[in-house]
Amino acid sequence: MSYLIEGKTGTWEIVVGLEVHAQIISQSKLFSGASTKFGGEPNSQVSLVDAAFPGMLPVINRECVAQAVRTGLGLNARINLQSRFDRKNYFYADLPQGYQISQFEHPIVGEGSIEIELANGETRQIGITRLHMEQDAGKLLHDQDPTRSFVDLNRSGVALMEIVSEPDIRAPEEAGAYLRKLRQILRYLGTCDGNMDEGSMRADVNVSVRKAGEPFRTRCEIKNVNSIRFVMQAIEAEAARQVEIWENGGEVDQETRLFDPSRGETRTMRSKEDAHDYRYFPDPDLLPLVIEQAWVDGLKAELPELPDAKRARFQADYGVPFYDAGVLVAEQSVADFFETVAKGRDGKLAVTWVTGDLFAALNRTSRTIENSPVSADSLGKMLDLIADGTINGKIAKEVFEDMVETGESPDAIVEKKGLRQVTDTGVIDSAIDAIMAKHADKVAEYRSGKDKLFGFFVGQVMKETKGKANPALVNEALKGKLDA
Amino acid sequence: MSLDLATTRRIAKLARIGLADAELETVRQKLDGILGWFNQLSEVDVEGVPPMVGTEMEALRQREDVVTDGNCQAAVLSNAPEKSGPFYAVPKVVE
Repeated sequence: MSYLIEGKTGTWEIVVGLEVHAQIISQSKLFSGASTKFGGEPNSQVSLVDAAFPGMLPVINRECVAQAVRTGLGLNARINLQSRFDRKNYFYADLPQGYQISQFEHPIVGEGSIEIELANGETRQIGITRLHMEQDAGKLLHDQDPTRSFVDLNRSGVALMEIVSEPDIRAPEEAGAYLRKLRQILRYLGTCDGNMDEGSMRADVNVSVRKAGEPFRTRCEIKNVNSIRFVMQAIEAEAARQVEIWENGGEVDQETRLFDPSRGETRTMRSKEDAHDYRYFPDPDLLPLVIEQAWVDGLKAELPELPDAKRARFQADYGVPFYDAGVLVAEQSVADFFETVAKGRDGKLAVTWVTGDLFAALNRTSRTIENSPVSADSLGKMLDLIADGTINGKIAKEVFEDMVETGESPDAIVEKKGLRQVTDTGVIDSAIDAIMAKHADKVAEYRSGKDKLFGFFVGQVMKETKGKANPALVNEALKGKLDA
Repeated sequence: MSLDLATTRRIAKLARIGLADAELETVRQKLDGILGWFNQLSEVDVEGVPPMVGTEMEALRQREDVVTDGNCQAAVLSNAPEKSGPFYAVPKVVE
């Protein structure tokens, strides 16, 4: 799906690459034993390493390395058995060391790719350049005091993965699809919770524009965008700004910008005079990180099934259509719920109930799949009742609504309300006889060729039996009697 | 190669060291001397020699993912030039 900007001088395309910072899920920090829990008392989850006291030495957390490797594997990326940590030097109040320990020249993960899917069903591969580990900074509070900023170092030293894409993205929609897919993969892997509103995943967006066939022009980096919607808006606003500059004979300056969602525009963050000169050099406190191929293989063997594979399996094993399979695997909890319902049952029926009636019920009751009023087991049992003919599809809707309301099991509801399907042909026959006697005129019309009235008779018989008659038996018996 | 005054000023700024104009030339000369001394290293031919990362061929020591540290707010804040409640307090920084 191409996104083009029509300017005064012609058509422009946009070139976008994303740097995503994803907080690694771990108990303790990347280089210290302090807790990573969110929302603790300020400066309580800080070790003397995190506060950069003199003489403190960083020791790397093995699980953080494992999480980075798992993520690399999930992105079909090359794992570098040797990587190294560097110091990225800059001065800021949220960075007690005066440098961030990061991986510059030798990241732990190299090239990979992500397949994204667009609204029109098209798919595209977006290249991953690299993934490296680094420390998060502390948090500054600016609104507590008129002249001072307050510093909380609880987040200082928490492990981050910076995941850098190739400049392969050509539309705001693609950027959105990329972020959603990346977040989905991270969540499946359990390596990052992906909560953008808590800041555990945030994006720096590199944007430039060019005319068809041109090499890349100067790009600007929009820092720290914290929602997928804002990323898409920021790209649109920034691309429009750059087109205007070029078309008026100006030059786009390579600079760092901020997106202001309330005004829908980007603005300069730092003047060029203060442009960063990070003076990277290998951290002398840390030897190169060397990992074994066998260890990587072990992590690979234990990876959970990822969304693309799960989607393909749902199609193959349960006969779920491609689109529906995508809806089911969007969240792991939904996929698990579906699979519990579908296992050993009619997969197509299961997907209809999960994405139809269940989703509607969740919406209506403002619940999520995790605290669904109907458990996967109960919904499965209800499908069993349909399959063995205890209830028909129409009655099932009634049973389901009752399940949503009362949380009772489907068989209890069927018994309580007497909803068992009528399969006694004697009962059905007498209902048909009564209806035919009541509507003798319609019977005559039907017999003189008005076939369409058949549906009317089915409806009447179902009504007579309060919806409980087995529809197949009703059809068969009706045909016999009307055509007699 | 000789260090110029503009570069000296820039290095001082990056290092957050305030230099009066009068001091600048002295610092420039000292830094220039240090750089010149270290630059002798570039006379060594290291073509094809991999960078040495340490004197021991030991791998990086790793620790288990367990919370063993933290909960020492008072110690952490003990060196703060200025604090307010549980926070370090610094001159206001706003982007």
